Amino acid sequence: MPVSLEDVRHIALLARLGLAPAEEERLRRDLDSILGYVAQLESLDVSGVEPTAHVVDLPTPLREDRATNPERPEEMVENAPDRDRTFLRVPKIIE
Amino acid sequence: MSTKNPTDWTIAEARKSLEAGETSALDLARAFLDRAASVEPAVHALLERTTDRALSDARAADARRAKGERGPLLGIPVVLKDIFATRGIPTTCGSRILEGFVPPYDADAVERLSRAGAVLVGKSNLDEFAMGSSTENSAFGPTANPWDTGRVAGGSSGGSAAAVAAGECLASLGTDTGGSIRLPASYCGVCGMKPTYGRVSRYGVIAYASSLDQVGPFARTVADLADVLGVIAGHDPRDSTSVPAPVPDYAAALDGRVAGLRIGVPREYFVPGMAPEVEAAVREAIERLRSLGATIVEVGLPHTKYAVATYYLVAPAEASSNLARYDGVRFGLRKAAADANLLDMYRETRDAGFGAEVKRRILLGTYALSAGYYDAFYLKAQKARTLIRDDFAKAFAECDVLATPVAPTVAFGLGEKTEDPLAMYLSDVLTISVNLAGLPALALPCGFDGAGLPIGLQLIAPAFREEAALRVGDAFQRATDWHERRPPAPGAAKGGAR
Amino acid sequence: MSDAPDYGPWEPVIGLEVHAQMLTESKLFCGCSAKFGAEPNAHTCPVCMGMPGVLPVLNRRAVEFATRTALATGCEIPRIARWARKNYFYPDLPKGYQISMYDEPLAVAGGVEVETPEGTRRVRLTRIHMEEDAGKNVHDAHDDHSLVDLNRAGVPLMEIVSEPDIRSAAEAADYLRSLRAILQYLAVCDGNMEEGSMRCDANVSIRRRGTTELGTRTEIKNMNSFRSVERAIDVEIRRQIEVVEGGGRIVQETRLWDADRGQTFPMRSKEAAHDYRYFPDPDLLPLVSDPAWVEEVRRGLPELPAARRDRFVRDHGIPPYDAAVLTARRDVADYFEAALAAHPNPKSISNWIMGDILRLVRERKLDDALVITEWPVAPAALAKLVALIDDGTISGKIAKTVFEEMVAGGGDPASIVEKKGLRQVTDTGAIEAAVDAVIAASPDKVAEYRSGKDKLFGFFVGQVMKATGGKANPQAVNDLLRSKLAG
Repeated sequence: MPVSLEDVRHIALLARLGLAPAEEERLRRDLDSILGYVAQLESLDVSGVEPTAHVVDLPTPLREDRATNPERPEEMVENAPDRDRTFLRVPKIIE
Repeated sequence: MSTKNPTDWTIAEARKSLEAGETSALDLARAFLDRAASVEPAVHALLERTTDRALSDARAADARRAKGERGPLLGIPVVLKDIFATRGIPTTCGSRILEGFVPPYDADAVERLSRAGAVLVGKSNLDEFAMGSSTENSAFGPTANPWDTGRVAGGSSGGSAAAVAAGECLASLGTDTGGSIRLPASYCGVCGMKPTYGRVSRYGVIAYASSLDQVGPFARTVADLADVLGVIAGHDPRDSTSVPAPVPDYAAALDGRVAGLRIGVPREYFVPGMAPEVEAAVREAIERLRSLGATIVEVGLPHTKYAVATYYLVAPAEASSNLARYDGVRFGLRKAAADANLLDMYRETRDAGFGAEVKRRILLGTYALSAGYYDAFYLKAQKARTLIRDDFAKAFAECDVLATPVAPTVAFGLGEKTEDPLAMYLSDVLTISVNLAGLPALALPCGFDGAGLPIGLQLIAPAFREEAALRVGDAFQRATDWHERRPPAPGAAKGGAR
Repeated sequence: MSDAPDYGPWEPVIGLEVHAQMLTESKLFCGCSAKFGAEPNAHTCPVCMGMPGVLPVLNRRAVEFATRTALATGCEIPRIARWARKNYFYPDLPKGYQISMYDEPLAVAGGVEVETPEGTRRVRLTRIHMEEDAGKNVHDAHDDHSLVDLNRAGVPLMEIVSEPDIRSAAEAADYLRSLRAILQYLAVCDGNMEEGSMRCDANVSIRRRGTTELGTRTEIKNMNSFRSVERAIDVEIRRQIEVVEGGGRIVQETRLWDADRGQTFPMRSKEAAHDYRYFPDPDLLPLVSDPAWVEEVRRGLPELPAARRDRFVRDHGIPPYDAAVLTARRDVADYFEAALAAHPNPKSISNWIMGDILRLVRERKLDDALVITEWPVAPAALAKLVALIDDGTISGKIAKTVFEEMVAGGGDPASIVEKKGLRQVTDTGAIEAAVDAVIAASPDKVAEYRSGKDKLFGFFVGQVMKATGGKANPQAVNDLLRSKLAG
């Protein structure tokens, strides 16, 4: 199934990527070619095969419930492009 | 001791000189900083030279040595791929989107190097977010191959590989998600190792594809790699995928013996389109191992042909999610017109902040995970991943270590593959399976082509058996001198006096 | 508990998704405090700020709390639960994804016993999973910006999802109360809906009674009290009935409850492009339950509300309704049993608690706390008060006065009785004198009474009580008056 410009626009919106029209077309071509290549997986028989999400076959480790982190709001928001006191500031959110 | 310039030394040689009191960490730091200053205009291995930090690290190392402290990396100049978070030092990951970001934390590997007394001389160039095979995807310009500055250094850890090759440091750290240490090591004629997934903590390493990313060292010799790996390996409770397994004494494992070892040669790794000189050099290296007493066995890794397709679904899927945090809210770049709404801010920021390859992979990954495609793409790839893992399990029933080429060709020309993403992806055809299976693998030089460009040998070991690959690689280097060749001084050749 | 609803030929089908904040000390995946009320972003670190390269590590106590809840609601705990990423962009979601559980949750197939006016009903649970909370967006009215505080980002939540087993708005509220009681008994969540430590979304649809097919559902959000839940669902059911009866169709959508206007409204935008792209979180290995540990958690479970209610009925002989009120909160039930241990009169102690004690608790908002520690009157003191009534030292009426004194100044009821001279007068001589005086003072009234106006008896009792400062034994007053008036 070829990738359409509509597909590109839809996933670009999901991924919050603004794309110029020329870029949309170029990415459509690229995706089409890459997905064409990965389509070779279609010929692979995976019936009865369990998926691998992790190569480490251990249960997740647990940490003790202790609030050990220091309070340092200034340091945590220091990198923010826009802030108000120790709040982060963003364009108005409309529900 | 050596008449060689210190910037041509190995870690072992430098350590000898430091321990003999013939040189100091401060002398070394200055020598390497000078060297960096002279070669950087031509190589561009580094995004930042951390001069002040290097000098203070070096003084601290000398003070520790004066108090009687010893250690494999005490006073040794190192470079970090700019994917490692460094407290108080800008960390870009090769991307405009991290503009101005100064982490308030160090990566675990960085802490371990600091504790060991290593001297940080710089942070190295990389493909943006480690996405690439040539370091041409850096937002700050490509890194050139020190052997031929018209060619790529490989990627994504191209800066770290080139920095070692060009004598800007004695060791460096990179990350390897699909070959990003081994490919540039091979192209730049140095040694590089991708350890077992879980062996080195990923804490503080900016994520590309979390189930594949692994930290590893570059150095001039396998013995040097063993020293660095010994320092950075080990369990870290801050990384839930870090494995609490004891770390062997890698240096002690290098006994030079390969007699009785079974070395497997996977028939699928000599692919059509492979450069004849590459195949010849690798086959010759395997013969050399046979002559050293190893048994050579042919093995099969039948699902190898699905590895690139599998990787280019799994890795972008994880990346699409990992890179969602670059949204212009808490750190890094924000691009938004004064009247921009929230959606505009996200889209403009991410459009301006990410380069073409990153966008491509974010879109690819978003697509692979999106409703209606998950099963056909992502889930299918995860199952293919199981089959690729199983291939290795079967092969390691028949051999101790696998020997293969690192890449089908030597370093290609700058700009040669930038217009064809798929061709670029296929550079990783021989390295990607190892990441999908989470195994350790070593790349080391095993010859040069007619144009004088290095060729790499890959040695793959079972999980948590790094020492097996290191032992074979070290034995090979004891019998050969490929690792002693140094590239022509790139800066000097071009610019003359510094 | 609530009245039976009347939706005519329509049957509502309701399922609830409850998010319960777990009472851990630290966040789900980092060592930041999970407490409220700090300076903006004071409880953040690189991990919950979503800074590059840092990684989550799971909080053991959160797993224990969720497991406790799962066991208390009779869920099965599969051997493996898997962490998944739910991907979407929002300023209060630092990583651009929420770490949650998707197709392999912590627990499945449980149930909650719900007290309804029609008796006990079981609402089945589909699943319980764990996830991290988002931060808070503060919408600044006088500015074109919003402010983000990530102190809450990463606080551990349980999502408890019911089957669509609920059939009325009232039942939804009853289910929530039962669930909250369980969470509070387990000490895993304080259950405060107003403060958002317990949140509820409702999936609502309607169908014709007698049919089994499910109608198109809407999801209702933004209900932050039990009352809101009940009202919002009722309003939504009626809205759906109106739409369908008017020939329209229900649109699958998310609607927000507006408590001021008493209506639900479709949420603007946002929904259109939702595709959460769940996939296993590569940073977290599976959560594997150890059967021995699960058994240990099971053994540590306290007696739960339903069992305690039944035991109160059985052992203390109090009515089921009273037992349900007393056991709705673990601390109230504990209070009851503590008072009972000091003076075994269950009916009377139960009445005092359900009346005066709980009235004061509500007035003083003491029930906002997970565990009430500042009782208006200590259980032993209440027991003593009841004992003073039971042994005839004071009358029930005087006891109210003593109780007010206890609440106002504290202190032992016996000393209050002594100090204020409230001891009941049982000396018939003194009472008789008062009765004689009252009869002598009201000859007209006496004549009226004697001519058949029985109602005046109360008047005489009142006069005698007034004359004795309320302390006369009421029975003795009655007896004496009756005989003298008959005279």
